[in-house]
Amino acid sequence: MFGILSLSDIHYHNPIIMFGVGLLLFVIVATLATITYLRKWTYLWREWLTSVDHKKIGIMYMILAALMLLRGFADAIMMRTQQAMAFGPNMGYLPPGHFDQIFTAHGTIMIFFMAMPFIIGLMNCIVPLQIGARDVAFPLMNNLSLWLTAGGAMLVNVALIVGNFSRCGWVGYPPLSELHYSPGVGVDYYIWALQIAGVGTTLTGINFLATILKMRAPGMKMMRMPVFTWATLVTSVLIVAAFPILTVALGLLALDRYVGTHFFTNALGGDPMMYVNLFWLWGHPEVYILILPLFGVYSEIVPVFSGKRLFGYDSMVYATMAIALLSLTVWLHHFFTMGNGPGVNAFFGITTMIIAIPTGVKIFNWMLTMFRGRIRFETPMLWTIAFLITFTIGGMSGILLAEPPADFVLHNSLFLVAHFHNVLIGGVVFGIFAGISYWAPKIFGFKLNERLGRAAFWCWVIGFYVAFMPLYILGFMGATRRMDHYNVAAWHPLFEIAWVGAMIIFAGIILQVVQVVVSIRQREQARDLTGDPWNGRTLEWALPSPAPAYNFARIPVVRDRDAFWEMKQRGVELKNSTFVPVHMPRNSATGFIIGGFAFVMGFGLIWHIWWLAALCLAGVLGTLIQHAFNDDRDYYLGADEVRRVEDLHGRVEAGSV
Amino acid sequence: MSNGTAAMQEGALALKPGYAAAGTVEPRELHAQVDAGAEPHHDTASTIQLGFWLYLMSDCLLFAGLFATYAVLHGHTAGGPTARQLFDLPYTLTETMFLLVSSFTCGLATLAMNADRKQATLGWLAVTFVLGLGFVSMEVHEFAHMVAIGATASRSAFLSCFFTLVGTHGLHVTCGLIFMAVMMVAVAKKGLTPTNRGRLNCLMLFWHFLDIIWVGVFSLVYLSGVVH
Amino acid sequence: MELPKVTRHAPRVSQHAWSSPQMKRTSRSRLLRLILPLSATLLLSGCHWAVLNPAGPIGVAEKWIIDTAIGLMLLVVAPVIILTLVIVWRYRASNTKARYEPDWCHSTKIELTMWGIPVVIVCFLGVMAWRGSHQLNPYHPTVLSNVKPVHIEAVAMDWKWLFIYPNHNVAAVNQVAIPVGVPVVFHITSATVMNSFFIPRLGSQIYAMGNMQTADNLVASAPGTYRGISANFSGGGFSGMVFHVQAMKESDYKRWLAHAAASSKTLDVKTYLKLDRPSSNVPVTYYAHVDPDLYAQILEGKLAPGRSLAMKATTLTSGGETGPIGRD
Repeated sequence: MFGILSLSDIHYHNPIIMFGVGLLLFVIVATLATITYLRKWTYLWREWLTSVDHKKIGIMYMILAALMLLRGFADAIMMRTQQAMAFGPNMGYLPPGHFDQIFTAHGTIMIFFMAMPFIIGLMNCIVPLQIGARDVAFPLMNNLSLWLTAGGAMLVNVALIVGNFSRCGWVGYPPLSELHYSPGVGVDYYIWALQIAGVGTTLTGINFLATILKMRAPGMKMMRMPVFTWATLVTSVLIVAAFPILTVALGLLALDRYVGTHFFTNALGGDPMMYVNLFWLWGHPEVYILILPLFGVYSEIVPVFSGKRLFGYDSMVYATMAIALLSLTVWLHHFFTMGNGPGVNAFFGITTMIIAIPTGVKIFNWMLTMFRGRIRFETPMLWTIAFLITFTIGGMSGILLAEPPADFVLHNSLFLVAHFHNVLIGGVVFGIFAGISYWAPKIFGFKLNERLGRAAFWCWVIGFYVAFMPLYILGFMGATRRMDHYNVAAWHPLFEIAWVGAMIIFAGIILQVVQVVVSIRQREQARDLTGDPWNGRTLEWALPSPAPAYNFARIPVVRDRDAFWEMKQRGVELKNSTFVPVHMPRNSATGFIIGGFAFVMGFGLIWHIWWLAALCLAGVLGTLIQHAFNDDRDYYLGADEVRRVEDLHGRVEAGSV
Repeated sequence: MSNGTAAMQEGALALKPGYAAAGTVEPRELHAQVDAGAEPHHDTASTIQLGFWLYLMSDCLLFAGLFATYAVLHGHTAGGPTARQLFDLPYTLTETMFLLVSSFTCGLATLAMNADRKQATLGWLAVTFVLGLGFVSMEVHEFAHMVAIGATASRSAFLSCFFTLVGTHGLHVTCGLIFMAVMMVAVAKKGLTPTNRGRLNCLMLFWHFLDIIWVGVFSLVYLSGVVH
Repeated sequence: MELPKVTRHAPRVSQHAWSSPQMKRTSRSRLLRLILPLSATLLLSGCHWAVLNPAGPIGVAEKWIIDTAIGLMLLVVAPVIILTLVIVWRYRASNTKARYEPDWCHSTKIELTMWGIPVVIVCFLGVMAWRGSHQLNPYHPTVLSNVKPVHIEAVAMDWKWLFIYPNHNVAAVNQVAIPVGVPVVFHITSATVMNSFFIPRLGSQIYAMGNMQTADNLVASAPGTYRGISANFSGGGFSGMVFHVQAMKESDYKRWLAHAAASSKTLDVKTYLKLDRPSSNVPVTYYAHVDPDLYAQILEGKLAPGRSLAMKATTLTSGGETGPIGRD
């Protein structure tokens, strides 16, 4: 009836896990109680969960990402604490099996359920506004993508309560992740969480490709698109190209574990190296799926806060494309030490270094954009400057690792860990925070508290250096990653310093939580009434903040790059006198229902509850077919209603009828 | 009226000719009266077509991953049965013909649809469906036979990737059959509406795509397996 | 930092390929400490910098590549970081005296330089990568001399290392003795999941994988004890998978082999299967009379299928580490 699930799979006897579970359940119950108390269930369901509005979907993505950031960071603190303690006779407070789950969950969550949702959230909130579109190409599919991602995220967190999570690291290399060496459900949680979320991400890639290719405002030629939109376009291409390969790698691993095939086993002809190749054939483009959108964010912020046009727009666009193309040719640098021939290693080492060329060009572009500008040091710009310096260091350590002989002694060491945190925190995370503080007025209608934002910024930057520079040194000292214990005395102080760094970052995160709370409470003072609080250059700033559901009352015409800047130069009025009905997609529960079915199906598959999995699969199919026969998918927002909303934002020309 | 409003409206006006086509593709009776004064919405039919193409590309890469795995592992028979011992070329050729002919009849359904002949469209779809079902049944039969003689997916890496590659294609065809069944019901109930036409176009793209993948499977797996 | 004596006279290294690193080492070390300011405050003595304090020619050559690459990159990176800070400060909004050109956004000359500089640096680094990959190929490093090497077979197990000396029929767990100045060829496989064979102070690591054999050529230039690890996570007891390399003079090495051969323990399939049970932090053990077919059988996976799942979940007790480290 319940597959291999039994009561003993709930770890009520483990105080550490139960504390986490208690905290999680408390937050969930408190949230549900608050919603019930405020009688907001209907509102939540009608206006948010079933919404097909890209702006609301974007916000929901970012809420998911923020929650997962907290979860992933809790894992990070636990790891740092363990490694700061577990020297010599002290074994630390985590047994290996638990420590291994924590570093696996940390990597999985931070990549798939923190960074990706934040990025997709930003794309959702901003790209349609930047190109002058009413919505994305497939609004309902957008909602479905969200719920598939959320379903995957939920599975990872259910693993905290019921059963175990994978202990094989976020890459899940076989044969360790094979049934023989990992007989429990941990790896299955990992597989199905990633598969379900992966489908959502692929659909997002398709959606944004179609949106950007098909739905740009008249006059917005490709070479007039804002750089963030360019980055989103190229990222979407990479998503569509790379995620199917991850699906294959994880699918074959699942077959090995469920059906007993021999793709990656040690026996009967299986070849674990095939998984390693497939995984990184996805994994390396994924690195650029993560960083390219943030390169786009920085390219928006630098010109605005320097009061200057972006230097070398064409270079920027070609560099983005070059990076994307090259990213598909470098995967082998993740395993120079697997015994490949020297020619092969050198080839992939060199392709990797070549990526540094377009990346370097981007850095120069941002510097030259600031050159002879008027730089304002508000939080988005602070994050950007910190990024420029931090990312350059991370890029340097990356190229060092691209030298195969250097990698022979640094591979899998804490130097590598320091390197990718250097580019992921210094590039991706800083970029996410820069983007959120930059677009907050557009997304939420008010600026985030500047003082707390600055305080959080300094904590993050200082904390990052204190936490990760010691890891570079530890790598040179021969310390490898994923150790739950060590006996080398010289390492101990460095691990302790790293722990202090993690604590400083923790302070930064607390400040950010406070910043969000304070900003919401003081929103009336910080409200953005102009729609253009930073003196922006791109079309999203032509709209009132937050943008109305239909975005543009009249679709604008684009005459140049920096479309809105150009309009301001011409003295274009943003008010309209005549209004037309707007065609709108109708909200639908389809995405939510399918996401729910997918989540429960994943749970059924993990615990071998076959009837449940089959039922849910039928549910998914049934919902899709039912939806196919539903013709009531859109409606028109009347011209009067549009006028009323525009009037609220003061966007109706005086005297017009 | 200010300069800017003019510019904005110039946009709205400039849009109209481009979007006029959309109106003819998807006229909605309900909205007819509104449409007249409304800013027409985007050309959804061609956007959907593009989206479906993009999906096909991603699916194509999924198969590329499976093909690559097969290419690497097909020699790893681990002492178990080999391709030459297992594959029955005439049988597979018959199976292939089922799918190729179904692709042809699928094309005829497209022609019928374009000629606005609902019954003929349904008829050709039904023929395609039967041929597709024949293909899937033959594949299931082949699999059952192999399992019966002990050549299961867990016997060797070669058989693992054989069953997975061919099975994934078979699963796609099965999904295509479900899609087709749904479309036949939809066309029978509502006729060749613009929505249905758009979806039929997607279905046919999908069907031809599976045909092309099968040509790859047949050449790489069956033909080269027996020849080598 | 006092340079380790061992690297000064690496006697059997062919001199032509890596003569330059020998000369440049001092300045590079200084450069390195500049970019890692924390290290200065920590006052770490040199011997802890395993990778930057190599005890063999492979490691020395790899360190040279690390130093040179960092130096080359700093030629660009350091100015970029300084310039960024200078630009940010000079063109701050409050500094109204600075020039302001809001529409300046293109200059063919500058853009060509922008693409050009990284291209040049990458060309240098690329040549280094190509030459380095060939000269330091773990299978056939050309930096080593043609002295007849010592053969040692290394097996990664859950979670310890077994070293077999095929020419002497002895074996040891978690310890490997090698003669100083003589190249050693390690033939490496895994009795279990993927691991990585790595002795940081000697240089190059390489994966250990089941049913497969990789090789690693290393030399120690000076006597000493060097830490060896698995550098690829392999499960619960991974952290306790440490071994020690004893690099010793030829005479000591002979004595070590004789000592191992005198061990009361023998290694045949039966004792091997016993050893194969998961255990961590295993004390050094010597074996005499090693079954000559043992390594081949491990490599062919013949000894693997017999293992039951139940065995994997047993409690680890050896080596003083207690507590459940079973998988899942």
